[in-house]
Amino acid sequence: MKVLLSWLKEFIPDLDHDPEEIGKRLSALGLAVESMEVVGKELSGVIVGKVLDLRPHPNAERIQLVDVDLGDGEATQICCGAFNMQVGDVIPVATVGSILPDGMEIAQRKLRGEVSNGMCCSASEIGLGDDSDGIMILSGNDPEREWDIGGSVSDTLGLESDVLWDLEVNANRPDAMSVSGVARDLAASLGLPFRFPMDRSENPKSTFEAGIQIDIEDPTLCGRFLACIVKGITVGPSPQWLQNRLIHLGMRPINNVVDISNYVMLELGQPNHTYDLDEIKGSRLGTRRAKAGESILTLDDVERNLSEIDGVIVDGDDNPVGIAGIMGGASSEISESTTEIIIEVAWWDPPSISRSVKNLNLMSEASMRFRRGADYGINMERSLNRAVQLLSETCEPEVSELMQVDGNLPDTSPVLVSTERVNGLLGTSLTNEEMMDLLQSIGFECQEVIPEGEDGSPSRDDFQVIVPSWRWDTQTETDLAEEIARTFGYERIETTIPRGPFTGQLSRFQKGRRTIREILIGAGCDETMPMPFLAPGDLQNAGLSNNAISISNPLVQEESLLRTSLMPGQLKIISYNQSHRIKNLKFFEIGHVYLPSEGEQLLPDEREYLSISITGGDATEIVALLDLISSTMAFPNMQLNQQEIGGLHPARSAQVFVAGQNRGVVGEVDPRVLKNYGIDDSVAWLELDLGSILMGSFGKKKYKSVSKYPSSDIDLAFAVPADTSSASIEGCIRKAGGPYLQDIELFDSYKAGGVNEGVRSLAYSLRFQSSEGTLTDNEVSKLRTACISEVEKKTNAKLRE
Amino acid sequence: MFDLENLSNEAEEASNAASTLEDLTQVQAQFLGKKSKLVEAKKVLGNLPAEDRANAGKEINEIKGQIEQLISDRKSALQESEWINKFNKERMDLTERLRPIDRGHLHLITQARDELEDVFIGMGYSVAEGPEVETAWYNFEALNIPDWHPARGNFDTIFVDLGEPEEVMLRSHTSPVQIRTMESQEPPIYIVAPGRTFRTDSADATHLPAFNQIEGLVIDKGITMGDLAGTIDSFVHAFFGEEVKSRLRPSYFPFTEPSAEFDISRSDGSWLELGGCGMVHPNVLRNCNIDPEVWQGFAFGFGIDRLVSMRYQLDDIRELVVNDARFLRQF
Repeated sequence: MKVLLSWLKEFIPDLDHDPEEIGKRLSALGLAVESMEVVGKELSGVIVGKVLDLRPHPNAERIQLVDVDLGDGEATQICCGAFNMQVGDVIPVATVGSILPDGMEIAQRKLRGEVSNGMCCSASEIGLGDDSDGIMILSGNDPEREWDIGGSVSDTLGLESDVLWDLEVNANRPDAMSVSGVARDLAASLGLPFRFPMDRSENPKSTFEAGIQIDIEDPTLCGRFLACIVKGITVGPSPQWLQNRLIHLGMRPINNVVDISNYVMLELGQPNHTYDLDEIKGSRLGTRRAKAGESILTLDDVERNLSEIDGVIVDGDDNPVGIAGIMGGASSEISESTTEIIIEVAWWDPPSISRSVKNLNLMSEASMRFRRGADYGINMERSLNRAVQLLSETCEPEVSELMQVDGNLPDTSPVLVSTERVNGLLGTSLTNEEMMDLLQSIGFECQEVIPEGEDGSPSRDDFQVIVPSWRWDTQTETDLAEEIARTFGYERIETTIPRGPFTGQLSRFQKGRRTIREILIGAGCDETMPMPFLAPGDLQNAGLSNNAISISNPLVQEESLLRTSLMPGQLKIISYNQSHRIKNLKFFEIGHVYLPSEGEQLLPDEREYLSISITGGDATEIVALLDLISSTMAFPNMQLNQQEIGGLHPARSAQVFVAGQNRGVVGEVDPRVLKNYGIDDSVAWLELDLGSILMGSFGKKKYKSVSKYPSSDIDLAFAVPADTSSASIEGCIRKAGGPYLQDIELFDSYKAGGVNEGVRSLAYSLRFQSSEGTLTDNEVSKLRTACISEVEKKTNAKLRE
Repeated sequence: MFDLENLSNEAEEASNAASTLEDLTQVQAQFLGKKSKLVEAKKVLGNLPAEDRANAGKEINEIKGQIEQLISDRKSALQESEWINKFNKERMDLTERLRPIDRGHLHLITQARDELEDVFIGMGYSVAEGPEVETAWYNFEALNIPDWHPARGNFDTIFVDLGEPEEVMLRSHTSPVQIRTMESQEPPIYIVAPGRTFRTDSADATHLPAFNQIEGLVIDKGITMGDLAGTIDSFVHAFFGEEVKSRLRPSYFPFTEPSAEFDISRSDGSWLELGGCGMVHPNVLRNCNIDPEVWQGFAFGFGIDRLVSMRYQLDDIRELVVNDARFLRQF
């Protein structure tokens, strides 16, 4: 919402504060100032010119040559990049030597060989609104006017220096969507009197009976409907001062009737609508819910299909002539020939309008106000009167009697307030009187409650408040507490710090996750955090099943699915980095995946996964990293089960089991998948359901005394066929070695001549030690034999002599 | 008597001439060994008259001592020079960095998130988490945002194809974690909830459709808006520095009342909007079966990505999701 200082002053006659100070006050009131600018600065040298001729520039397509009369009757040539004017148009021209509000200095220039003696200006270039789309055609709305060619544009347009604020208005402030509402808050904050100047002038006298019928079919849709008929309308341009204000507030002037309708809405916050009386059939305006299948051509020339969610205003034939609270219909639009109009001011149920806006996906200045809750009080009548008053500046309106019907209006029973509760919420120690004063300053009526309840018990409530009609949002004591805090000033609330009863700490899960991150960065892995969206085809390209949950309203197709694996995202990152010639990538990610739920559950089966990827690495490297994590975190019974896994190298992939549960996969990415992602290096891959692992038991470490007796080392080498895993051999050795086996380490693995096809040699170093005494050679020898026989008995491996 | 006067001179010459420890061993054998002149002299000592024997013996011992000393000195010198030779051969240019040890890097978001969590843990909070895909109840309704509410439109929600249309969505803020915590935990509650959030914002230099927020919630007896302001203030001091101030400005959120935006002061005296906060709306407490007549509380929240972007002056926030290793390894 934009407001002008001069306009605010009409409601606060004593306002003479510094604009900076006013801006600060507005922000402190919750009307955050998004920008503040001085407008209407003296435009010396910017004068009114008349287009005499338009010619193409001989050497430039995007520039044309404009001859303008600058008051001397001569043709002055200007090069101009806009093409929206016609011969005869009156436009603002910045002459050579003038300085525009943005500081631009106009000099005589040559553009591609043609002289330019000044500049044709857009509205924004002369500091009048935001419109920078083409040159401002002064004569656009008023071709009949006698223009002072060569005269100052400032004088011609009646531009005066003013201050313009752009305010952010929150959804709970219907009142502040108007100049008068902002003024009411500001006046209270500054302790200045606030008044409606139009209330002091005489209201227009009704001169005839309206002769039309108004009715409300659905009282839950329309709470109040006011209308009057105005005759004697001459459609033409609005007064220049009114046009200037509209432009400053971001609206384009059209004609006096439309402009005044907009002006009243901006000034008093009351959206209103004008109909061409001749176009309303059956002398009736009714309101009802729309019927399924009904449609209407709206003012913006779009055919809108309506449903029961929407409200409509209908004529005597029960045909829609407008969408309630949102936009009028094209059929009864004001035209140049309109002479008699209906002005409608209604109050629509905010939730109904809100639903309709969403249903039609149609937002308008009116709906922005109605959905917040417009004023349902005397301001409605004030707005009608104000519109007629303004019309009388350009025509001689005759007004009918005022017609009014009511539907369901908001509950206006008083709200009870306990000073103690409000102070207890805010941390203040205000008295009844102070709170009441604060509320009364912004128009809430307050009255002390007799301090005894009906049954003779003391009342907990101290005063009651009647909420004004312009604050539909305010309905409860808490709502009023906010108004008290706001008008008191948030900055005046004394700060305290609550001392809770807890010692803050991370959960075991959260600590575990942090430790894993630390392990991984210690191991040289960089943490990545891609967005969790996938493109169609990403999963198939990664050899994974295509069961992702889709997004209903994706911005782009590339982000239309929710990931079920971290792999596609990681492969894209690797591909990106490789294409930027970054080698030796070691990445990890901890993030959510969203698996389709089984059964009745509405939400996806959401899990927190860990992935690690190493380019140029083989499967053993990543298994070593898995071992490092597993041993540091003391994952219970981590085991690999080698088998073919989709997306991974079929001969280099394993399932990861923790505590007997399948918790992920490890190996190398299938080279065919890598090809799909344009990666020309191997990628070692680990993906764990980290969340599930950390929800289980982990980190349990037991003390074992360190033996003080000497240890004995032996080496064993086995010929191992392809179907036998090193893990199974180790298992046998551990079993046979029992408590005496301190350590086992695979120190060699090779496939060489002499060993049969598919058979490899695995050599282990074993360390035996007892906690009770030095092991004798004989004891060590027995252990050695036991280990060998266990391996040979349980596996197909044979000792290599 | 034994013609030993020149012996020590000879020994000195010989040991100085020895250029290696082996040479010196030979010199030692020559002058102190079994067949050396000194040993020979000692052997004939018994033949001397008693009165001369003592002097001669003393003389021999003195010379022996001298020779031992000079050989020992020479030995030290040779050993030292052998070390020096060895060292010279072993010379390394320590600026040749052939095998750097690479430590990995935590993502900037994780770093900031950990730091924020730690500040609040220090203030007695624990860290709560929740799902990223939520129902309309948790994302909106329980937070006092009914379906018709104008504020719903402001969230630019990303919906997913589950349930009825617009029933399931990627959470548009971390506030659903408030509801889940209040549903599952009795007050008092002191939590922060960091996590990923989503909006239908096209990715550009200052927006991402997936970003991160952190949310705080306190529910206890007698919690006031003064407590909220004080908590924001002390967090701001701990995170940004003692010199940074905070302020609250009236604002509007359906799930808090009174609501506020909070700003932090900048060195040039201006204020920067950081996040939103307010006193938990009684309807929100009621929706979680918490009696608003007994319990009160506050909530606050802000964006982590923006904080990171400000702190490191990133010129494009998309750096945070591109995952270019050259970016990740800077921090």
